Amino acid sequence: MAQDDGIYYRQGLPVPETPEPGGEADFWKTTEIVGKRVARVDGYERLSGAAVYPSDIKLPNMIYGAILRCPHPHARIRKLNTDPARKKPGVRAVISGDAPEAKGLQWKYDDYAAPLFDPHCRFEGEVVAAVAADTRYQAWDAVRAIKVEYEVLPHVSDHDQALDDKAPKVHENGNLVGSDEYTRGDADKGLASADAVVEQTYQTPCELHTPMELHGCVANWDGDRLTIWESSQGVYAVQSRISEVLDMPLSKVRVIGHYMGGGFGSKLQPGKYTVLAALLARKTARPVKMILTREETYLCVGNRPASTMRLKAGVKKNGTLTGLDFQCTGPSGAYPAGGTSLVDWQIRDLYQCDNVRCSSKDVYMHAGPARPFRAPGHPQGSWALEQMMDDLAEKIGMDPVELRLKNIPEVSQARGNIPYTTTGLRQCIEKGAEQFGWKAAVKKAREHNRSNPAVKRGVGMGACVWIVGGGGPPATVAIKLFRDGSVNLNMGASDIGTGTKTVMALVAAEELGVRPEVIQIEHADTGTTQYATPSGGSKTVPTESPTVRNAAIDVKRQVLEMAAEDLEVPAADLVYQGAEVVSRSNSEKRIRVTEVSRLKKRGVVMGVGYRGPNPEGKSVNPFGAQFCELEVNTGTGEVKILRFLGAHDSGRVLDRLTYDNQVFGGIVMGIGLGLTEFRQLDAKNTGKLCNRNWHDYKLPTALDVPADMESLPIEIDDPEANNTGAKGLGEPVTIPTAAAIANALYMATGVRFTRAPVNPIEIRRHL
Amino acid sequence: MGSDDQGNHDAGRSGFTRRGFIQIMGTGAVSASLAGAAIAARSKPVPPEKVMDAENTVKIRLHVNGAQHAVLVEPRWTLLYVLREAFGMTGTKEGCSRGECGACTVLIDDIPRYACMTLAVEAEGRRITTLEGLMSGEQLGPVQNAFLEEDAYQCGYCTPGQIMAVEGLLRNNPAPNLDEIRTGVSGNLCRCGAYTHIFRAAQKAADLKKR
Repeated sequence: MAQDDGIYYRQGLPVPETPEPGGEADFWKTTEIVGKRVARVDGYERLSGAAVYPSDIKLPNMIYGAILRCPHPHARIRKLNTDPARKKPGVRAVISGDAPEAKGLQWKYDDYAAPLFDPHCRFEGEVVAAVAADTRYQAWDAVRAIKVEYEVLPHVSDHDQALDDKAPKVHENGNLVGSDEYTRGDADKGLASADAVVEQTYQTPCELHTPMELHGCVANWDGDRLTIWESSQGVYAVQSRISEVLDMPLSKVRVIGHYMGGGFGSKLQPGKYTVLAALLARKTARPVKMILTREETYLCVGNRPASTMRLKAGVKKNGTLTGLDFQCTGPSGAYPAGGTSLVDWQIRDLYQCDNVRCSSKDVYMHAGPARPFRAPGHPQGSWALEQMMDDLAEKIGMDPVELRLKNIPEVSQARGNIPYTTTGLRQCIEKGAEQFGWKAAVKKAREHNRSNPAVKRGVGMGACVWIVGGGGPPATVAIKLFRDGSVNLNMGASDIGTGTKTVMALVAAEELGVRPEVIQIEHADTGTTQYATPSGGSKTVPTESPTVRNAAIDVKRQVLEMAAEDLEVPAADLVYQGAEVVSRSNSEKRIRVTEVSRLKKRGVVMGVGYRGPNPEGKSVNPFGAQFCELEVNTGTGEVKILRFLGAHDSGRVLDRLTYDNQVFGGIVMGIGLGLTEFRQLDAKNTGKLCNRNWHDYKLPTALDVPADMESLPIEIDDPEANNTGAKGLGEPVTIPTAAAIANALYMATGVRFTRAPVNPIEIRRHL
Repeated sequence: MGSDDQGNHDAGRSGFTRRGFIQIMGTGAVSASLAGAAIAARSKPVPPEKVMDAENTVKIRLHVNGAQHAVLVEPRWTLLYVLREAFGMTGTKEGCSRGECGACTVLIDDIPRYACMTLAVEAEGRRITTLEGLMSGEQLGPVQNAFLEEDAYQCGYCTPGQIMAVEGLLRNNPAPNLDEIRTGVSGNLCRCGAYTHIFRAAQKAADLKKR
């Protein structure tokens, strides 16, 4: 039995043709492994407990860090006495603003630089001091022993009041972070030419990421080299930020993040806690584990900013959109952080409309700064636009699905009418509606409601586009082929739960003909793996998968050249068949890959792949449409979602199992935005956060989501996007969910719920 | 910031007012549990027989996955803290430390319990099963296999708790219906939102266990 049996998934099966050096890889017409339902390659580790997440790390001699945070939304530190903390048992180090270690250190929010320890605290949860002690309990004893005298200052904690004359200023220049204007055509004229015009104010709440694994890290120094194990979406992003803050060469900062327990955008960057862990570790010459508490993650590691939106829209009787006029205000928080970033993108680009005006105002207020949150801005804008589309449809007596189909753009209007490589928006809506049984469901719900006053039914839908999702350079991947035929794949990207490692193993397996299980993956380590941008923005798969493919092709080219020497034929005459290399002109000339002389001698062939550029003059975007059916108990205001369907065009599906999981997960998160989640600040009194835990801040649980969920991939060949044809999925799947629910609620109750979340209290208030 | 700076020397003398003193015996019933039945079955709280200094360690024996461990703990340490930071076990996760998310779910005498709401001293003498205890050597157990096949996880961080909740459910009810499954994992949050696949995995696990 040959040594390589068990490595190849099908002996003798041709693998994709290897392009000539410098040539482009052919688009896969069919695939053997890619697109199948394949269990995760790291499933064993994640399910056995063998996977070591950063918060699981325990190093010899390790001690524990904890942070004292400002309890007021706006305050100045008058006196700080850390001596009582130093006297506590087990305490090894205490640092605060006057510590020599912290001198001159800065922390940046966008382009705004502030001292790492700022005595002027502009949000509840700002860092005041940090300690390290033998146990976590002792570290917290020490934090509580620190004496602080605060001068409590007036605060503003409501973004709608931030620009009032009387509002306390968060920064000297006032509370406007920035404003943004966009115009296409003439919105006023467009609205004047409409047969029906609707104007409405919409609000979405501040939503908190709260990934299951707490934010945090372990930091350790070996001389002048710093190693950080961070729960992160991107190790290179953490490395870059920490080396900048500590003024160290990139090579001396190694960041490792093999596993991480969710981020949703909040872990695209490190936190001040990462720097504090490094400083405490240096001061004590011991590894320091700094894992935040759940409460801290509610205060200071980002959020999806609240929004107040005004949308005026006009439509002709035939369904043509004539004008969209949109205004939005949203808060960055205490520092610049994109408070209204991309909120208007659905309005700008989703539907065909010649006359569009968008303006937004990003404001400061005394609360933790925002961070990107899954599809930044998009679900907010969708909440407004998709409800508006339903209102317009009703005004002109048209089915909501029909109205959307009347307004499908073929080009990206917001980008100067450049074409999309592919757009499946029409198919998502059309085929989604068909699969969902839209017309029958509408009819059934209306019939049900005529005879049931207590429990009403509704169906609703929403569509979406995601602004990016095509990925792009830079990315580098290295693939090693060992002399026994097994494969090692080396990439810097993090697998944030989306199945990145699995999908990349499938791509390499498809191209090389080896079974995905024998591909060992090394990833997410700046010391040992290749460069990657953080996993976020639905760009990891379209960025990394073509790069993996290029690396695999580089391996094959080298093997063909080596085999050419053994077989004494030109490399161009050879075909790579996975287990074997075969001559086209003489099929008797063949050699097993594992028998290739130079491979045997060298031990390893290493191929390197780079991410090529995206097509010029075209836009690569994923699209989607979601449909839901629900019940409302008009007596209690309770909502029961009966079923959901997500029809998404994200190009080629690389693993159907993880793809469906991603669709369902996005819907669950959207249910949270629509029905359960909101950050409650005590704006009128203390300005403090009222619901800083999962008891008071409600995530959807197993009891709140439908078991009946369906995923309908709309796969359109997209060879222009990249050489695997995959587009992003993680963000679009959560964009239209909340709006689809609101539209279903409207059918059920006749009430237009414009303020999210629509919890039972909100429903009862309107019924 | 409520600070208490009496220092270590006063601790033993001043009785029970000092923060950090914990009454161990009898007050265990306040700790939350996934299973209402477990609470109902407990005896009524009795006054503490002794008051312990938070910073003094006591020796306890924990029975984890069939093995006895003797360990020195502070009385305030949770079972979660001891499993993770004293024993270095990675199959029990910390998500909130206040009984809300279920990432730390373990079985205590076959009943799912939040390890963050259970003091280590309370768990003495009880039969504790963690995710590692579901393995058969290097092989995944049936619930773990069902999670693998149905892709009932994404980031994997809530997953050990979800698996323990399903394991506990199936030990009590080998053939649960969908509603029972939902209720069985309703104390376990999944921010990635893999619930639908978790329901399927629980059904599959019930089948796998029957074989």
